[in-house]
Amino acid sequence: MIAFLLRRLLASVGVLIAVGLIAFAMFRYVGDPVNQMVGIETSAQERAQLRHQLGLDQPAMVQAARFLMNAARFDFGVSYQFKQPVADLIAARMPATLELALVASILALAAGVPMGVYAALRRDSALAKLFQALSLIGISLPTFLIGVLLIYLFAVVLRWLPSFGRGDVVRIGSWWTTGLLTVSGLKSLIMPSITLALFQMTLIMRLVRAEMLEVLRSDYIRFARARGLSEHAVHFRHALKNTLIPVITVVGLQLGSIVAFSIITETVFAWPGMGQLFLQSIQNADVPIMAAYLLMIATLFVVINLIVDLIYVAVDPRLRVHLNRA
Amino acid sequence: MRLPSAKSLFLAAMGAAALLIPGLAPAAEPKVLRFAFQGELKSADPYQINESFSLSVNGAVYEGLVRRGPDMKLQPCLATSWEVLNPLHWRFHLRKGVKFHEGQDFTADDVLFSAHRVLGAGSDLKGRIPADAEIVKVDDYTVDFLLKTPDPWLINEWESWGIFSKSWSEAHGATEATAMNATTPPYAGLHANGTGPFILVSHEPGVKTVWKRNPNWWDKPKTNIDEVVFTPIPNAATRVAALLSGEIDWMDPVPLNDQARVNANPGTEVLAGPEIRTIFLGMDQSRDELGHSSVKGKNPFKDVRVRKAFYEAIDEEAINKKVMRGQATPTALMIAPSLFALSKDFHRLPFDPAESKKLLAEAGYPDGFEVQMDCPNDRYVNDEQICQAVVGMLARVGVKVDLNAEPKSKFFAAISAAGGFDSSFYLLGWTPTTLESFNVFQYIMGCRDPKTNWGGNNVGDYCNPKVDALARSALQEPDEEKRDEIFAQAWRISLFDDVGYIPLHQQALAWGVSKSTHVIQRPDNYYVFAWVNKD
Repeated sequence: MIAFLLRRLLASVGVLIAVGLIAFAMFRYVGDPVNQMVGIETSAQERAQLRHQLGLDQPAMVQAARFLMNAARFDFGVSYQFKQPVADLIAARMPATLELALVASILALAAGVPMGVYAALRRDSALAKLFQALSLIGISLPTFLIGVLLIYLFAVVLRWLPSFGRGDVVRIGSWWTTGLLTVSGLKSLIMPSITLALFQMTLIMRLVRAEMLEVLRSDYIRFARARGLSEHAVHFRHALKNTLIPVITVVGLQLGSIVAFSIITETVFAWPGMGQLFLQSIQNADVPIMAAYLLMIATLFVVINLIVDLIYVAVDPRLRVHLNRA
Repeated sequence: MRLPSAKSLFLAAMGAAALLIPGLAPAAEPKVLRFAFQGELKSADPYQINESFSLSVNGAVYEGLVRRGPDMKLQPCLATSWEVLNPLHWRFHLRKGVKFHEGQDFTADDVLFSAHRVLGAGSDLKGRIPADAEIVKVDDYTVDFLLKTPDPWLINEWESWGIFSKSWSEAHGATEATAMNATTPPYAGLHANGTGPFILVSHEPGVKTVWKRNPNWWDKPKTNIDEVVFTPIPNAATRVAALLSGEIDWMDPVPLNDQARVNANPGTEVLAGPEIRTIFLGMDQSRDELGHSSVKGKNPFKDVRVRKAFYEAIDEEAINKKVMRGQATPTALMIAPSLFALSKDFHRLPFDPAESKKLLAEAGYPDGFEVQMDCPNDRYVNDEQICQAVVGMLARVGVKVDLNAEPKSKFFAAISAAGGFDSSFYLLGWTPTTLESFNVFQYIMGCRDPKTNWGGNNVGDYCNPKVDALARSALQEPDEEKRDEIFAQAWRISLFDDVGYIPLHQQALAWGVSKSTHVIQRPDNYYVFAWVNKD
């Protein structure tokens, strides 16, 4: 077990170094950060001086090594555009993104699972067909368009919900801010979280439906029916429970991508989270923020994968036997 | 379980009562101005970046010795008057009784300190004061500026040279604008202490910035705004939606495509006006072989006939009508008409494709040639579309243009000095920050000299020593009308005899405002909170 853990950890470090190097290679194509830091009249000497201060005049190998060394110590330095420590900037934005991701995940689960179950049990009903059609739209419409459509309908035409921002936030502790405790904060959360949840919801719905159909065909369900159990008990005590195992795995893995893909949703709704910070930093060639964000997302994925692997081992006895033999 | 204390119950009851009885609520609700822009405010320290958005917004807090009115005319501000004792000796009389937001008295020491700070490490506004100028405190309310070379436009950019408090900056370790190698977060980047009409309440970089009215401002306020809340909304569709739904009072810019909708909405309108920025095309006249092109061994742009042929192939009226929806102002000069008194004497070269073809043939390119055009796609109003139109127009005279449209971070990296001025044909915009012609001759028209930054933004290196000599002679000329004559002559040579550049138009400003918010639009796109009133 410990050997397995060590192997996985080593692999994770390898992944992070690879992400770091790829990220570093990409930064060389986003443009010259110095141009975004000074006005257009700033002389070439001053620009050169700034470039020297930032170490951008050193050979690529030296820059790459320094970048990886600093990243390993979680030292991402100072943002080029804001001149504030990157760690502070990201920490200030993190609560907004995490709250949005959490609410979106809950929303996706709360809507996706019942819809999937219904679509599996009443396969030929009109409502099930509607769900199927809706899920097709949810998967194929780009997030950007959904966001803009929602804004137009609920903010401009009906004026029920705010079109941008996070509303009023309440500070909890030294750095966490929450919009969950104010009316304007909750109202602001509705459209972005639906936009972000839509894709996950359709994914979960389709997964639950497929798994459920599979399980319903299996022998133990037939036996359960033969024992004379009620339809309700068969569907929800036996079938659904077995369906949910793969669903939970996927949802766990998707949590990482919800955080990562919130970039677009955040930009459309001017949601002050990490995704918006990241996108703006690309436009401004703000390398320290981009680097920190990319490595953070990579770490998130690696950690989630590691946990899932460990849970598999804990849950599935066959994997354990296999490991012991190896 | 803990029961709520009697005190908190009482407070809750009071709160509920206050909600129920309207009489208990404060009579006048504070007037909040909600303002949105496509970009973020990078820093609360105005010396951090020489960019008009940052300068104008921070200008609500930090005031200069002079300021500009709605008509762009210079007005006294922290200096009540000034005199030019001789072209090298300026004397400023400072306003008495002015206090900074945190209570410090404003004196000559603050001016001397701010001059030192603006010229110091990390400042991007070094051009505000000549580096070799000597600044002398005569008494607590009189300051002398002793120059080494005459500069008739010394104070033209001083509106955005905001005065810092010496004692405040020293107390908070903010005596320098942040250099990039600083290890501690800059205090002045998040906090501010000026003399201006608004006080910075909080600044969350890239999220939200809040100011409140300064009740002790020395001047009579022209605004009824109590609080300003600024939010960056990068997405244009969201910005428009926020204005239409009444969540913001004022935003910039409104995309050309959405202007009709903003105007059709009963509560909002587009406030348009010509901006002083000129959009123009530049051509590489420095290299012996034109890069990014099909021409080998020579550079067609060195031939004035080719430059003129390009100029005459471009139908600026059509660009204005189709691409800019009639909102731009076509121009014959590289300076806005409002900034140059003699501009009405100048007219664009005619749009004449036949003549253009003839000129190309005379120059030895009867079948045209192929060249790459570099164009930003997120910097100016419809920049990429303008370039696409130019590509089509040049195709009609046989020149095949490959359009290379890029985000500004990549575009400016390539065409700047650091990128080796790597462009053969490009679109650029320029706002003369001193609001007069000399600035354009210095940065755009001047023969490149890396030592002095003369011609520092002259990407194609158009170079005529006669033009440079004329521009420099204007420095020595104290009389404004005579200076204008000199500039007119220089424009005639550079843009009509030499066709050094192809000026296109002044792009239009497009602010979206709610009809209950009254703002004043200045052609340099300054946002002055102190002039805003809400019904």
